[in-house]
Amino acid sequence: MNVEEKVIEIITREQHLPPGVVKPDSTFAELGIDSLDGVNILFALEEEFKIDIPDSVAQNMKSVRQVVDSLTRVLQGKDISDLVEMAKQGTPAATS
Amino acid sequence: MRRVVITGLGVFASLGRDTKTFFSNLVAGRSGVRRITQFDPSGLSVQIAAEVPDYNPADYFPPKRLDLLDRFTQFALLAAKEALESSGLDLAQEDTTRFGVVMGSGMGGAQTLDSGYWNLYGKQLTRLHPFTIPKIMHNAATSQICMEYGLRGPASATVTACSSAGHAIGEAFHLIKYGLADLMLAGGSEAPITYGMLRCWESVRVMATGDGDASRACRPFSADRQGMVIGEGAGVLLLEELEHARRRGAKVYGELAGFGMSSDAGHITQPTVEGPARAIRMALEEAGVSPEEVDYINAHGTGTRLNDPTETQVIKAVFGDHARKLAISSTKSMHGHVMGATGAVELVATVKAIEQGVIPPTANYTQPDPECDLDYVPNQARQAAVRVAVSNSFAFGGLNAVLLVRAL
Repeated sequence: MNVEEKVIEIITREQHLPPGVVKPDSTFAELGIDSLDGVNILFALEEEFKIDIPDSVAQNMKSVRQVVDSLTRVLQGKDISDLVEMAKQGTPAATS
Repeated sequence: MRRVVITGLGVFASLGRDTKTFFSNLVAGRSGVRRITQFDPSGLSVQIAAEVPDYNPADYFPPKRLDLLDRFTQFALLAAKEALESSGLDLAQEDTTRFGVVMGSGMGGAQTLDSGYWNLYGKQLTRLHPFTIPKIMHNAATSQICMEYGLRGPASATVTACSSAGHAIGEAFHLIKYGLADLMLAGGSEAPITYGMLRCWESVRVMATGDGDASRACRPFSADRQGMVIGEGAGVLLLEELEHARRRGAKVYGELAGFGMSSDAGHITQPTVEGPARAIRMALEEAGVSPEEVDYINAHGTGTRLNDPTETQVIKAVFGDHARKLAISSTKSMHGHVMGATGAVELVATVKAIEQGVIPPTANYTQPDPECDLDYVPNQARQAAVRVAVSNSFAFGGLNAVLLVRAL
């Protein structure tokens, strides 16, 4: 199972959605994923992949595509400073 | 002056998942106390509790909703549902900014906290589930009820150990009486049966073990009493301004006419006579009821060495000669001590006693105690007209809440 399939599986499970609803190009907004759901999904991803996702990167994850891209890079141990930079410029997460 | 009546009742507890079942079990003298099933209690000195038997949350809540509900909030929602549905209220016709919620809980999301600590200290995990905070917070029950029904009026939560629900109902009563709301769902919920909580209670040395007979473990006011038994569940009442209830032709169970609250300012666990007595007098005074008019007291009656004689003295201090004429019972003998929910569960029992003209007994009463020499309605329910009834909650910490209900 590749990263994309795994991400889709985890989002489907955590959101209690029927199989097939979550697609590679789904956005969190389309899936009804709010900010609290978002941190829950991050928690599940961190547990599954045994990684830490920095808050700054996490804030930029608003779609399946973004999650997969960010995660792939974190998993490959690649430099993610540009993602961090991008997140800084974007809208902060709406968690309170 | 605005008057407040009770127009809806809800219970979800060991002795019943609805008010009718709960009260008929009380009248039958049945006990909800048995060996703990939520975890293996083998290593504990106290292995019994009044659990909601065979409770399966998935029977009541969809998975996505359940993710955010600790057991104590589940119970609160289930009791609130019955209270609201039994009232016949049509929410679409109500101004929801005038409809609020106050729920009490002594321990909040104890199960979520317990499993979180196990993950942290036991399993040495460094990450805890992000839903932990929204599940453990004491106001989760109030907030989830508000969200479920779109209730946008005054809402808060009370935390005063075993008086939590008494205070919640009293505060909700005053919010309506003094014009801040027209409708309130009020009560308490508790799900304290965890390994960690039981270990804590064990160490206080106030718990009954039952000596192999769980159903008889809690014996309030009886000379051979062993102590208290922990219970779980929720009670919720719908409080409504009298004219509002009359306008919609609501069934009125009784008037919530008096609330007394006081602090012992004495000892963190030992009750005084003066503090609780003052709370009862306050409730009588607010209701404009003389002590002689009270027919029934649903006692705090925990079954501990300290509570029962002290509560007996309190009743004598307030009621004088009438203390020997009124009926007193502790329904905790059957539903256990439901902690922060107990005042609500017991007020439902009290209201049903008024409605049905039946006083539930103090179960498991075997031996008279010279220090507890009043009429505790031992073992057998009693047919009796109840016009005025008082429900006592005296908490660890010396914070007392007394509610007075009058037949209308």
